[in-house]
Amino acid sequence: MDKATLTFTDVSITVNVPTGTRIIEMSEKVGSGITYGCREGECGTCMTHVIEGSENLSEPTALEMRVLEENLGGKDDRLACQCRVLGGAVKVRPA
Amino acid sequence: MSVPPFTIRPAAPRLDGPTGPVAVAPGVHWVGALDPGLRNFDVILKTANGTTYNAYAVRGSDGVAVIDTVKAEFAGEFFARLEAVARYDEIRLIVLNHLEPDHTGAVPELLRRAPQAQVRLSPRGLPMLRALLKDEFALYDIKGVTTGQSVSLGDRDLQFFTTPFVHWPDTQCTWLAAERVLFTCDLFGSHYCDGRLFNDLVGDFRFSFEYYFDRIMRPFRSFVAQALDLIEPLDFGIIAPAHGPILRSHPRDYLTHTRRLISSRLASETGAEKTLLIFYVSAYGATAQLAQAIHDGAAESPDVRVSLFDLEGGEIAPFLDLIEEADGIALGTPTINGDAVRTIWEMLAALVDIETRGKLGAAFGSYGWSGEAVRLVETRLQGLKMRLPEPGLRVKLHPSAAELDEGRAFGRRLADHLTGRAAPREVDFAEIAAR
Repeated sequence: MDKATLTFTDVSITVNVPTGTRIIEMSEKVGSGITYGCREGECGTCMTHVIEGSENLSEPTALEMRVLEENLGGKDDRLACQCRVLGGAVKVRPA
Repeated sequence: MSVPPFTIRPAAPRLDGPTGPVAVAPGVHWVGALDPGLRNFDVILKTANGTTYNAYAVRGSDGVAVIDTVKAEFAGEFFARLEAVARYDEIRLIVLNHLEPDHTGAVPELLRRAPQAQVRLSPRGLPMLRALLKDEFALYDIKGVTTGQSVSLGDRDLQFFTTPFVHWPDTQCTWLAAERVLFTCDLFGSHYCDGRLFNDLVGDFRFSFEYYFDRIMRPFRSFVAQALDLIEPLDFGIIAPAHGPILRSHPRDYLTHTRRLISSRLASETGAEKTLLIFYVSAYGATAQLAQAIHDGAAESPDVRVSLFDLEGGEIAPFLDLIEEADGIALGTPTINGDAVRTIWEMLAALVDIETRGKLGAAFGSYGWSGEAVRLVETRLQGLKMRLPEPGLRVKLHPSAAELDEGRAFGRRLADHLTGRAAPREVDFAEIAAR
């Protein structure tokens, strides 16, 4: 199984994760302040700031793009419930 | 024929309100509605004399703008007042500063009557409006606007200021520079119904203003601060909120007072130190021992001011003032009947009244059989948008010397997280998934 690392800077934890893991699957478990609402890419509550490794995340879907835009997300913001870690190292914090 | 039984009816609220629209400024009319009978708003705050749903019509040389509407039950009142100042085909703009139902109850019907109108709202309001209008959403000219954007009514512009989370994600303010009127929707509102409408004419509504702030705005006080920073430079002569009196006399005093309300309620003695508050409830002294150990460990950090409180010895409200200012809290509870104890839940329920997002949280406690309480508290703290860098600390019955050592280490780690000195940790997916 391919591995990647996902670092949550607000709780100083790096998790070795299988590729394909959604950020929200880990953020709750490690106690990160990345919070969640609908978990379906609709509410924007789980907006997450990507500090490093945005190229290692899945491309945003049209739904995620729309929700990010409507929630005034910046270019380095993603929805934790939507994007997956595809490999390498990714470092995030609550937006 | 039998005599109908005598029934006591509540007295109808006295309503000495305006029967038509009310001029607020040249070309600006209040077209809202009075709801003097309301006693409980949104299930979260009471109101002793009802509220108002303030909506406004602004006339320019090229048409009319409607700013916000009213609760659905009062749509008839709103339309009657609106029709007294404008024809529907004159309405070129509908501004929705906030999408909560008490301000959008008449929007679907207003759009049916004025389908040509442009609808402008904050981008975060778009999903709400989609949900409100359903299939009709696609029929209209609806666009999100942000700070710096404006719409012209010919001889006057309406300018938008994005002020999120005062108190919903979608909230914004709208500025009519030509008349120095700032439409703030719920910001600077109060649930206070008086048909005289203006703050220099109505009864004493100071309590209502502060109570409204406490219940509606306080949980978002950092966002209120950002909103005030954004609108403070405006040279406003009138603040036109969506509830309660229109503030035309000394309007800046209400901004200044709101600044006071979002400030610390107690002068801080801690300076640059980080603050950690430890609260506990203890049945047999075991959780209290853990609390003391955590306190002692955290207090070893010179940059962290640690405080220890037995929750059973205090009222919750003053503790909320402390927590609002604190950088972190740790809650200790025994597990009784498979749950955290009632006093802890009362504290956790009350935390909804203050801003907790981003604070450090932690849970600990002694247990006899199953020890669910710590995890339940952690879940609630996460729901309050706090970060929980340390898994909760649980001890079966009274802590041993080694477990008290672990309590002190737990306290030291919490302090390290507060001061940014926590050592980075690397863990495996399987370990995390098992939590």
